[in-house]
Amino acid sequence: MLRAGEGTAIAPSDTSAAPAPRDYTLTGPSARQAAERGLVAAEWYHSDVPRKKMKELMARRDGPALRDSAIWIGLHVLFAAGGIWFWGSWIAVPFWLAYGVLYGSACDARWHECGHGTAFRTRWMNDVVYHIASFQVIRNPVNWRWSHARHHTDTIIVGRDAEIAWMHPVKLALKALAYVGIHDVWTSLGGLVRNAAGKLSAEEKEYIPQSEWHKAVFWARWHVAIYAATVLVALGMLLAGMGWKATIPFLLIGGPRVYGCWHMIMTGLLQHGGLAEDVLDHRLNSRTVYMNPVSRWIYWNMNYHVEHHMFPMVPYYALPALHEVIKHDLPSPNTSIWQAYREMIRAVMRQRREPGYYLVRELPATARPYQGQLHAAVPERAMA
Amino acid sequence: MPWIDACASDDIEEEDVIRWDHGGQTFAIYHGADGAFYCTDGLCTHEQVHLADGLVMDFEIECPRHNGVFDYRSGKALRAPVCVDLATYEVRDVDGRIEVLIE
Repeated sequence: MLRAGEGTAIAPSDTSAAPAPRDYTLTGPSARQAAERGLVAAEWYHSDVPRKKMKELMARRDGPALRDSAIWIGLHVLFAAGGIWFWGSWIAVPFWLAYGVLYGSACDARWHECGHGTAFRTRWMNDVVYHIASFQVIRNPVNWRWSHARHHTDTIIVGRDAEIAWMHPVKLALKALAYVGIHDVWTSLGGLVRNAAGKLSAEEKEYIPQSEWHKAVFWARWHVAIYAATVLVALGMLLAGMGWKATIPFLLIGGPRVYGCWHMIMTGLLQHGGLAEDVLDHRLNSRTVYMNPVSRWIYWNMNYHVEHHMFPMVPYYALPALHEVIKHDLPSPNTSIWQAYREMIRAVMRQRREPGYYLVRELPATARPYQGQLHAAVPERAMA
Repeated sequence: MPWIDACASDDIEEEDVIRWDHGGQTFAIYHGADGAFYCTDGLCTHEQVHLADGLVMDFEIECPRHNGVFDYRSGKALRAPVCVDLATYEVRDVDGRIEVLIE
């Protein structure tokens, strides 16, 4: 049985040698091993919630997401207008910084929730916001719909999950760069251009059904066309002698994914960082963090991440209520972003020295134990 | 082509679904918002997750794992990640007992 504790080494480690990188590809040996170990499309642990209560929690409404989307769009307009109005003055800077977060960070939560189809009751509203947010976050809306389905089937299962943010050994410099989006944006744009040229990688072909490939190419072409139009407008402004004002199209479109993505990265890295790979209990590989109301609004309550993974049918506005229903069965949430980072960074630094180490957080006395028996088929996961 | 007794009509709340197993197969039986009953295969055609834990809304069932959506009257797949339709079965209500036509 798995024991809760501050941290548990799960595999022998040789700290004198540099750890060998794990194979995180979806087409390599890890994929085969995951299948052999019974970790693919497996049964996961769920806390008990009475059906009647679960139906209440899953119920869909348009109201909350309409309100939040109106605020989101309205603030885009307000901050962009302020940034342009005060152009040339330092007063413009906070407007652009705020616009950047709304575009480059809030998009991630909208992409995510509308991808699940849970934000709105009305399907076309989910689809419209999904496409806008996918464009903002520079993700092919088709590819990422399928990669995210896989992320929910095989959460942090190495060789299966295409969305593992922390790959071991962790490259700290790349992680630090992620807060300014440069590396991520470069690779994401490269992927879009490749898709627009009609090419899908072997991994994309692995998790996207063939019947959807043409849609991935179609949407990539639209995204690339919008970026090309943005570049043309900026060039036109430059040629018209508008000087530095010619950067405004980039500040409005695409650029915020660089200068405004820090909040998305800050919250996103907390979702699974320092926690277990290759387990079948979301309490072991996901993290719930209490956050300030502004971050929760930007993040659409995805700070309740264990709850979301256990019950992805529950819309973002019902996650706090779900948390109240099952918190007796979950590890105590991290009490703040800062406290969660301290815990996560300590664990990640230890993982760099001790491959196989992961954080096992203490469960309350009311919780059912971690489901060690679910991993019994995995020899190196069988714990004393 | 026998009609098989599956459950009592009041076993399923309106706009809800239950699991029913028969002859090595698993099914989902729905009580629609129109008061009628419907039956489909129990497992989602995407990744074989049972639909009985899903959300019934209007005439649609949403898979509890990946939010794929089917029309449970026709079995038609309506929203990715489901692409393949569900098999449906005829249902009748006989004096408060729900029977399913299994070929």
